[in-house]
Order: sequence, then structure tokens, then C-alpha cells
Amino acid sequence: MNTYPANSVGQVSPQTAAFSDDFTLESGQSLPGFELVYETYGTLNADKSNALLVCHALTGTHHAAGYHADSDKPGWWETCIGPGKPIDTNRFFVVSPNNIGGCGGSTGPLSINPATGEAWGPDFPVVTVKDWVHSQHRLMQLLEIEQWAGIVGGSLGGMTVLQWAIDLPDKLRHAAIIAAAPKLSAQNIAFNEVARTAIRSDPDFRDGHYAAQGTQPRQGLSIARMLGHITYLSDDSMGEKFGRELRDGKLSYGFDVDFQIESYLQYQGNRFVDRFDANSYLLLTKTLDYFDPAKAYGDDLAKACERIQARCFVASFTKDWRFSSKRSREIVKALLDSDRNLSYVNFESRVGHDDFLLDIPEYLETFGAWMEGVK
Amino acid sequence: MSPTTTTTLRADLAQISRWVSNGSRVLDLGCGDGTLLRHLADEQQVNGYGIELSTESVTACIQKGVNVIHTDLNAGLTDFDTQTFDYVIMTQALQMVRHPDRLIDEMLRIGKEGIVTFPNFGYWRCRLAIARGHMPVTSGLPNNWYNTDNIHLCTVNDFEALCKTKGIKILRRAVLDSQHQRDLSARLWPNLFGEMALYHISR
Repeated sequence: MNTYPANSVGQVSPQTAAFSDDFTLESGQSLPGFELVYETYGTLNADKSNALLVCHALTGTHHAAGYHADSDKPGWWETCIGPGKPIDTNRFFVVSPNNIGGCGGSTGPLSINPATGEAWGPDFPVVTVKDWVHSQHRLMQLLEIEQWAGIVGGSLGGMTVLQWAIDLPDKLRHAAIIAAAPKLSAQNIAFNEVARTAIRSDPDFRDGHYAAQGTQPRQGLSIARMLGHITYLSDDSMGEKFGRELRDGKLSYGFDVDFQIESYLQYQGNRFVDRFDANSYLLLTKTLDYFDPAKAYGDDLAKACERIQARCFVASFTKDWRFSSKRSREIVKALLDSDRNLSYVNFESRVGHDDFLLDIPEYLETFGAWMEGVK
Repeated sequence: MSPTTTTTLRADLAQISRWVSNGSRVLDLGCGDGTLLRHLADEQQVNGYGIELSTESVTACIQKGVNVIHTDLNAGLTDFDTQTFDYVIMTQALQMVRHPDRLIDEMLRIGKEGIVTFPNFGYWRCRLAIARGHMPVTSGLPNNWYNTDNIHLCTVNDFEALCKTKGIKILRRAVLDSQHQRDLSARLWPNLFGEMALYHISR
């Protein structure tokens, strides 16, 4: 029997919700039904008014808090979710689903396509953040929740929150959009394209049919992840963490790993390959690229935000260069121009984009103060 | 306005709230812990936003349910469109910003009217301290010269001269003495007996 920290939700296990109707995607394609894997923490109250949706980032999963029986590694947002934490499970019934198109258990490229009886692989349709919102709305209906007390998320999860608030404004009372952007910049898309090219040019990729052919584009996926990790840390924090420290104390005058940063990226890349599917990574980076909630409103984000009814919390981190403070300020401006209820905080960075996952006292305290107003 | 809140509200904030019309839209520059905005929202159905640089104060605003934007006034207010607020208020911050003159212009660009308060450096206690050869340390200016945030102190006369130069109309003026009351001498000789000056201005 494991003992868990007192402020952890402890042992958790995922559930699966199956939806059998055809699910039409924004692209016009449709899925013949889908499954959402999700976890919940806390207890739903009698009038179902304390439900809170957590949206995960690019490669996140439904496992946001607590521990699975077979692992001593907590969920990705253990710093924020638990009894007495900013997302207080003594108060909220937290619902944390895995996005479709991913590989965490919800329907995605690894799932069986009922039409062929084989895994979808590269044929899985491109999904958008709007599709995620609608799939999560189906889960909401299944759980008979009328309105979320709040929806919260960081990075791509924060973007999902923004899309929810615009698309289904009467379904949430509060929205926390952390370390996000209103859409990707050309530079953001450029990084994604390099990542995709790395995967697709790996000889083991086999046009996405690698599983059927018994290979795996390990090198390509690993490079994609290495690239991602460069954007998750700021130059300063990478400098502080690794500097120009040599792994073996001397230069090799060759192409093996010399510097600690190389070793770190190799490690992150390799570790990722064991848990993530390359077709999913291709899909999800496209989902990011396509995210643009203002597009349907004449490219006017303020106009899109006029629909929002939720009280909003926007937060950024000073040294995040993937989705910098400036990008959060674009969301802030749109919310100001549309006269929405809004608070914005730009927190002092520790590492960069990844700060939203970390135990940074100032951030957790202020976010917690805002969450206390979520009722 | 309910009597309980006016008695607990700082005198300068109480004066400001008398100048603000019910139901208006307000931007409060350097809003501190959000006391004024909370009061205006509760008593006068005013909505709006505070701008504040200190994270601690931002958190205090959030705890009060006050809308607050964490940013540095010195970085500019370009995020705010022209004439989008009924009032832009700045209490006791004018003397701390890098370009007070430009900020006043910005206030009257964003807001139809502005309300500014600042410690009057012409106050007799300040003059007395200077006459004795020292920078003043008073209840309105509690810090020493080396640890104060004030970099652009001015007098009532200075402020009014600036308004004249800029063609800014002074709609109303109030000066408070050291007890933050509006007494007669301060009304008659504001630049000498007013410790804190409050101005309601417009273009």
C-alpha cells in the first residue's frame, strides 16, 4: 500500500466514456463515434455546480493529478490540483479528459478504425481545438453537468479554454487561460514544421504506416521532441541549468555528446519516443497551427471575445518565449476591448514556458486567490 | 452611498468616489489593493479595471474580485483604445512615473475625464523641512530621499501650470490637510496648507 502526500488526491484511475454517434469534425470529415478517457478528482455536489474542467497541453494526458497504482510519478498538474491546492479538490469536482487525436487513450491514430478493422494510423483525420471543445461538451452532457464552474488550462490547454469560452459561452462561469496565445505566430508554426519534417523524413516513418510495418520513427520523433524542449526553456534558464558544462569534462573533438545540454535533449527525446505516437504528434502540432478562434469573426479577436460570459484569468510568464507575455497581452487586449471581466498577471519566470506546471509560490498563490472566487 | 463605507474609505478615495458618476466605466492606474474599485463597484455600480505593478497588490485585487491588469504604467497604455473609459483615475502615483506629463495626456486620451491625486510638495511642512535644509519626511511623504519611489514631486501650482500649458481643463479641485480633511485654510491657500491634492480634469 502506497502512502501519498496529504495534499495529493492519492491513487486515481482513468475512466472511459464512449459516444457512438457520428462525430462531425470542423474539417468536414467525421468519426464514427469516439471514446474519451478521463479522470476525475473530488466529489460532484448535489446540484452539480462545482464541476471544473481541466484541459491539457500538447502532449499531456487525462492524468493531471494523483498517482496511478503502477507508478510513483504523479499527474502533470500535481502542483495545482489537490486538497488545499489552487484547484482545490475539497471544493471542486475536477474532470480531466484526454484529447482525441492524441495517444493517451482517447480515440486517436492508435485506435481501431471500425471501417477497416485496423488502427487508423496516418489516416486519422486532423482534429481542431474546436473539435476538442465539442467532444468535451459531449462528456459534459454525459456527466449531466449543466455548466462548468470553471475551465482551466495551460499552453494548448489554455487555448482550449479560450475556444470553450467563445464557442459555448453559457457553459462556463470562469476561464483560466495560462501561458497561451490567441493563435500561433509564424515562428511557432515554423518550429512545428521542422518537428513534422523530422518525423516524416525518418526512413522508419513509412508514410505513417510504421506500426503495421513493424518499425517506429524513433529518430524523427525524438528530434521533434528535442526541438520542443528548446522552446520550453528560456535561454537564461537553459544557461543556468546547463551552461556550457561538459558531460565528460573534456571536448571529444567529434560528434558525440560533449555538452550537458546535448545529453539532456537526447534524454528527453528518447524518453518521449517510448510514450508518444508519431502520428499523434503530427496531428497535434497541426491542431496547434490551426488554432485561431478569431478567424470565424473576421480575424477580430475582440469580436470573438464579445461572446464570452465567463470571468477570465489570463496569466503569462516573463521568460516564456514559446508563448510570450506579449501573446497573452493580445488576449488581454481583446478581452478589454470587449469589456469582459478579466484579471491578468505576468509572473516572474523560473524556467520559461514550462513554468505553468511548476511549483512557483507567487503563481500558485495568485492563481489560488483567483480560484477562490470560482464558485 | 452607504455611510458605513464612506467612513471606512480613505478620505481621498471618498472624495474621488463623489466625483465619479454611478454606472460609469473606470480605469484605475496604480490601483493598489483595489479598495477604490471595489467600493465603486459595490456602491456605485461602476465597472472597470485596475492597473497595478506589484504582484502582491494584484493578488489583493483578485481576492477582492476586482478586475486587475498586471503591468507597468511606464511601459505605456497602448493596449487601451482612445476614449473607451468615462474616467481614468490615478491616485498618488503621478510622482512615481517616469513621464508624468505624457501619462496625463494618455489618461485623457483613454478616458473622457481624468482624476489625479498627488502629495503637494508646496505643503508648509515640506517647505519648512527644505528651509531647514532637509528633504521632507511627512505623513504624505513618509520615506527618506534615498528610499522613496517619488521621482517627480510637484506642487499644486506646478500641476496647474502644466494643465494650463497643455490646455487641460480643471473641472474640480480638492485639497486635503494632514488629517485628510478639507479645512478652510487648505481651501483658501491650497498650495501652502494642502497636503494632498485631488484634481478632476478633462480636455
